[in-house]
Amino acid sequence: MKIAERMLLSGNEAVALAALRSGVNLGVGYPGTPSTEILETLGEIGGRAQWSPNEKVALEVALGVSFSGGRALATMKHVGLNVAADPLFTAAYTGVDSALVIVSADDPGMASSQNEQDNRRYAEAAGLPMIEPADSQEAYDFFMQAVKLSERWNIPVLFRLTTRICHSKTVVQCDGATMPAATPAFRRDIKGRVMIPGYARLAHRRLRSKLAAISEWNEEGELSETVLHDRSLGIITSGVCAMHVREAAPRASMLKLGLTYPLPMRQIAEFIQNVERCVVVEEGDPFLVDAIRAAGLKIDSKSESFRFGELNSERVRLILQGEEEPDAVPRKPGKPPQLCPGCPHRNVFQILHDMDCIVSGDIGCYTLGVMPPFEAMDTCVCMGASLGVGLGLRHSLPADEARRVVSVIGDSTFIHSGITGLVEMVYNPPATGHVVLILDNGTTAMTGLQEHPATGRTLDHHRTRQVSMERLAESIGLDSVEVVEPGAMEPALTAALARNDLSLIIVRRPCVLAAGKIRQYEKAIAEDAACASCAE
Amino acid sequence: MNDIVTNVVFAGLGGQGVLKASDIMAEAAFESGFDVKKAEIHGMSQRGGSVTSDVRFGERVYSPMAPVGGADFLVVLSEDQIEINQHYLAPSGKLLSENDLRDVKLPHPKSGNVALLGILSTYLNLDESIWLDAIRANLPEKIHAVNLEAFALGRSLNGAR
Repeated sequence: MKIAERMLLSGNEAVALAALRSGVNLGVGYPGTPSTEILETLGEIGGRAQWSPNEKVALEVALGVSFSGGRALATMKHVGLNVAADPLFTAAYTGVDSALVIVSADDPGMASSQNEQDNRRYAEAAGLPMIEPADSQEAYDFFMQAVKLSERWNIPVLFRLTTRICHSKTVVQCDGATMPAATPAFRRDIKGRVMIPGYARLAHRRLRSKLAAISEWNEEGELSETVLHDRSLGIITSGVCAMHVREAAPRASMLKLGLTYPLPMRQIAEFIQNVERCVVVEEGDPFLVDAIRAAGLKIDSKSESFRFGELNSERVRLILQGEEEPDAVPRKPGKPPQLCPGCPHRNVFQILHDMDCIVSGDIGCYTLGVMPPFEAMDTCVCMGASLGVGLGLRHSLPADEARRVVSVIGDSTFIHSGITGLVEMVYNPPATGHVVLILDNGTTAMTGLQEHPATGRTLDHHRTRQVSMERLAESIGLDSVEVVEPGAMEPALTAALARNDLSLIIVRRPCVLAAGKIRQYEKAIAEDAACASCAE
Repeated sequence: MNDIVTNVVFAGLGGQGVLKASDIMAEAAFESGFDVKKAEIHGMSQRGGSVTSDVRFGERVYSPMAPVGGADFLVVLSEDQIEINQHYLAPSGKLLSENDLRDVKLPHPKSGNVALLGILSTYLNLDESIWLDAIRANLPEKIHAVNLEAFALGRSLNGAR
């Protein structure tokens, strides 16, 4: 990324640059489309960024940084926030010392996700302020505001992006101003940070007072934009929808909200009073609609059929016209993605198909094993679920069917949330045993070839300690752990399925897209090591 | 301020250089001083599936997504992707596709995206030098020559019609 005063940046790049300039001491996260490029860019432009094994750990690390007086950024896709929800809810109680900004990158329309959950609900559920930028310029400006807000009220801030913000490039102009750096130093605050019930009760009250104060601040309109044109139609909106609104109804009045929790309800009421008809335009759930109606205000909203998928200017036009259905003409779907030519997973799914296995699948490129010609996946729910769901199937199915059940998970997904599934397998073994396949292609392929703890390289591809999945599995107490090439998988799987054992087969071959890069990283590491030994 | 926005939709299959072409187009418009918005979908689409990317430029652009029926240009890198994207094209819009390159020999089989940009460039009023800089800025140095050749080839094609 080339840094200048006027740039064409994706929302993710804009967040990374703003994080650097607002003095974020550490950015952490787990790769997930559409959030991944934030930390990659932060690392590339000189910030400190690292991948964690999963989002829960990332958020906990970020919270520790912020307890220490350093500024922290945690990034994840929308479903990643489910994984991080446990620390999230209580971090709202503890509050923070220096800024903690949590990026939730939602995926309305599911361009690359298993659901289209609307994470604005998390702001209300956890009681955290939430900021939503409408383009890259706002992603940059509002991020700086998020850091200030977090430090003014000592509270974590949710920064909600959507696919069209993350991955759209728009013009960003900035003067390059930076915030003074934070200086970490330990400050003891036992009552504030040790959430035993007696202290947590006080913390909950503190949280609600902070939210009340933030709501008042939001009424001042620092992050809102009111455009009063034609008073016959007013539109309340936020995020990228505001851009679709401008396009679909250029003459309408508009209240664009930047801080969508807690809402500036007086400002909203005033806007509604100023226009004849007021329509709320929002993607996904009726989040603004429900809150505004609960406040007793009269607004129009989209019909239920617009809850599904993302909005665009055409759909916004239909919503404003009060249409019930989004698309008049059903369109042909595009060509679905498939496993790359030469992908090592192809072999695996051909064998699973031929052996008529019941496949409890997981999240990653290999989920494409569900597509023809393989159609060799029976379940896929969330990160790590292949193990638990596979075990449940084994426990419950008749023995002849249970013996066909195989859990299939990738290397990065295994590190993310498969390890506890192995522990469950050893603790509560099914009568027929179980077989787990780790498809180890040496990278987090689906999100664009990121490193993870089992690759032995950090986010920026330098050497770090490597977690050995086979030694980990052995220590947990499985009956057999084997490492095979995809070509040698069939006999190993056949033998494992015939036993009543707990078996792990690691099918190891690098991703075809990553293999060349991995060789380069390793070559660079070897050269660095040679240089270092020479200097000693 | 005029509200004329030029809409270009790029379409093809993952791996064909759809996103690269839209990046070059967006940068050329940006360096020409326009407001630019570029939308794309990554992720699953990288795996050989359908990919589209919209580039919109003008004095002021709002939505990053080109309106259905509003694309001034639809640039398609794979013939089988024309039908599913045809609805983007404005009635007066121009379709540019693989078919426009059928009679020429590309300098490299993967340079079709840049050759189509060459044709597209003849319809847009942007300086050639800005296009060339955008190509250089978005591609690794070792493939600059072959892509600049593909671009020149595309530019020469329109003159023939």
